[in-house]
This record gives sequence, C-alpha cells and structure tokens, in this order.
Amino acid sequence: MPTFVYMTRCDGCGHCVDICPSDIMHIDDKYRRAYNIEPNMCWECYSCVKACPHQAIDVRGYADFAPLGHSVRTIRDEEKGTIAWRVKFRDGRVKNFLSPITTQPWGTKIPDFRDEAEPSDEMRNSELLSFEPKYIRMDDGGLHTLESNKLSLKLGAQYHESH
Amino acid sequence: MINFDTTPIATLIDSAAYTYADMQMYVIIMVALVVSMTIADLIHKGSKTYFDNAAAEAEALLAAGDANCSVGNEEGRLKQLSAGDKAGIMRDTLLIDVATAGEFSDPVRRLVHVLTMYGFILFNAATAMIIFGEESTAILAQVWNTGAILLFIGTFWYWFSFKVDSVSEAVPWTSVTLRKDSFSLALMATSVTAIGWSITNGGTGIWFALVIFSTASLFGGVYWSKFSHMFFKPVAGYNRRIIKANGTNENLPHETRESEWQQNRHSMELLKDAPMDMGLGIKREAPKHY
Repeated sequence: MPTFVYMTRCDGCGHCVDICPSDIMHIDDKYRRAYNIEPNMCWECYSCVKACPHQAIDVRGYADFAPLGHSVRTIRDEEKGTIAWRVKFRDGRVKNFLSPITTQPWGTKIPDFRDEAEPSDEMRNSELLSFEPKYIRMDDGGLHTLESNKLSLKLGAQYHESH
Repeated sequence: MINFDTTPIATLIDSAAYTYADMQMYVIIMVALVVSMTIADLIHKGSKTYFDNAAAEAEALLAAGDANCSVGNEEGRLKQLSAGDKAGIMRDTLLIDVATAGEFSDPVRRLVHVLTMYGFILFNAATAMIIFGEESTAILAQVWNTGAILLFIGTFWYWFSFKVDSVSEAVPWTSVTLRKDSFSLALMATSVTAIGWSITNGGTGIWFALVIFSTASLFGGVYWSKFSHMFFKPVAGYNRRIIKANGTNENLPHETRESEWQQNRHSMELLKDAPMDMGLGIKREAPKHY
C-alpha cells in the first residue's frame, strides 16, 4: 500500500491534495490531516512526498517490487533547486543522491508560446502531428478550452457523502 | 460594553447565588474530567506506544551507526546527544513549538493559533485565580476579559479562514459536524458566552447558564474532541527536534547544496554557477487549485 501520512508531522496544508495527479490525497474530515483515500490506485509517483513541506508522507512500496525493510525518502528543496534521495536497502546499504530540479531560478527563461505561429498544414500532416487528436493539432482554429466548450470547473474536492 | 475592571464571577458572590466553594468544586470537577479523559484518550489512541516506538526506532538507527554507503556521503551524519543537548532541545520545544506555535509554517495561521492559545490560557488562569484566590482584583478582571476577547478573535478567525478542510478542500465553513467540530465550537461558545455574560453585567440569567453549558461541553467532551492535542503536540515537537539533532531523522536525506562536497559532485554540475536562492516554484501559490 503506497503513500501514507505521518499525521503528527502533517499540518493539513493541502499541498499533497493539490498536486496528486490521481486525486487520491485528501484531508481526513475528522482529524483534518492528509491521507491517501485509495492506496491501490496510487502509482507511487512521489509527487505528494516531494510537495509536502514537512516530509510527512512516506511510501510503502508495492510488495512485488520493494520488499519490506527498505526505505526510500526524499526532500525536494525548491529554494535551493535540488532534490535529495536517500535509498536504504534491506541489507543496510545506502545510496544518497542529490540532483538539480531546475537550472535557472524559478519563473525565469520560460519560453512564451503565445507568440509562436500555429502549426502549418504541412506540419499537421507530417509524422510528428498527423496522429495527434485534432484539438492538439488545432485543426478547428484555437486550442480547445473549458470556456470554448461551455464547461466549467466545480470548486472543491468532489466525492460522495458516504465517504 | 465590557467593564474590564470587573468580572461577572464577582456578581455571583455579590448576589450570594453561589459561594467560592461552589465554584471551586466546579473547577475541580472540570480539571478532573480533563485529566481522566486525556488519559483515556491517550490509552485509546495508543499515543504512548506510538511515541515509544518512534523513540526506539531512532535509537536503533543511531546504534546501527554510519551506513555502508556506495553513493553520496554519510560522514558525520549521526550524533549521540548529551543530556545538555536534550535540555536545549526541550527548551527550544517549549519556547518555539509550544509558546509560538512553531509547528505552523504559515505565519498567519500561527498567529491565529497563538491568539486562541493565549486567550484560552489567560481566561482559564484568571478564572482559577479568582475562584481559588477568592478575590476578583482589577488586574485579574482585565486578564479574564482580555483572555475572552483573544479567544473570541482566534476561534472565529480560525473557523472562517483556517479550518483545514475549508482551506485545503473548499468545504464550506457552514459545514458543521459535531464530532469533528466539538472542540472549536465549544471554544467559540465559551468565548461568546463569557463576553455576553460580561456585557450583561453577570448574574445568574441566561448568559450564566450558557457559560456553564459551554465550559461543561468544552471540558467534559475531551475524550471525543481534539482538546487533548495540546498535550500531544509538545511531545511530537520534541520528538521531531530530537531526531533531527541526532541525525536519524526517519531516514530522510541529509545532503544539501550548502555543503562544498555536494556542490562538487558530478550530479550537481549544472548548478555550479547558479544562485543559492532559486526562488519559489509550486510553493509560490497557495495550494488551492481545486
């Protein structure tokens, strides 16, 4: 069962709720701390583990991949621009990694694609774009958005009351 | 308007409705309820087992010593803490984690918690000193009224702006469930009824009845509410500081860019000429993208 939260370390900030790509990190409505509502849908992307400012989330690897006794922990420090991993094998060996997560200060040197031209017909029919869905190829004009399709986002986490 | 130099408790004595002995008995019952229910809660949750296990795990990691490390640097990671080190850590826990709600990284959330905490302490301490000192001085009355007001500001500010599920998952502040909100609601009710009782010049009317109801709910509901967190948080804070100081830190990595050894390792080549402060990425905005 993958990610779990140390509730004594968690302060309910919601970063893991915000970042989970599977929308399975939520706030327990009694203890008001984060927890994984569906561990068997977790694919161990470690997004929540990295996003947590208190390192309150850890991962128990799936048993067919990671036997008991190991430890894989990480600290993502975005102000320093690094991510550190400490991988401990069950025989006691340890590996410590430290790598960059950005090479430029955040928010700088981001290319602005709004000023770029739409793909030409030649590009759309080339091997790079010909099998992309039409809304990526922009066959019908601009990019599809929620507004252009008359849709809207519903605010907040949506799940049934019986949860 | 609130008269800061008197408390409504004095009106109970003046009107001979209750004696100091009656009030002392009430306070003793409330304290007994808090103590017994906290112990029951501690046993029910297994908190002692949890903290004992956490300490034992840290000790085991410390005893295992430096790891057999093939990548990175484990030198100087572990430290055996002396009694002096632990005393210093205890002091920091009390002065920072407890006194200034240091657990919270958001400064406004920290302020809200501090207002509530000191309001609660001042209000209860003043009440106890008036009742057991059998005298309501102007200073104690000022502390009592100030405590009630701080508690009011802190609890209502928390309710409308800082309830975790409201902030992190857009649950409306109108959503009330007795089981999970009993502590907040009891604190809010205590502050409102105490201030109301003070504004209406005390006595034994409806406001007095509401004060008794609120405080009885607050202290009598400890087993079912989050009241006892105020006793567990300092222990958790102490444990967190200890494991950071002795280097075990729940197997978390200890390597940072500050170390020259790390700056020169091959994987960090791309950051060699980068500034130490890279700004904020995902932490630039509050996590409210729901």
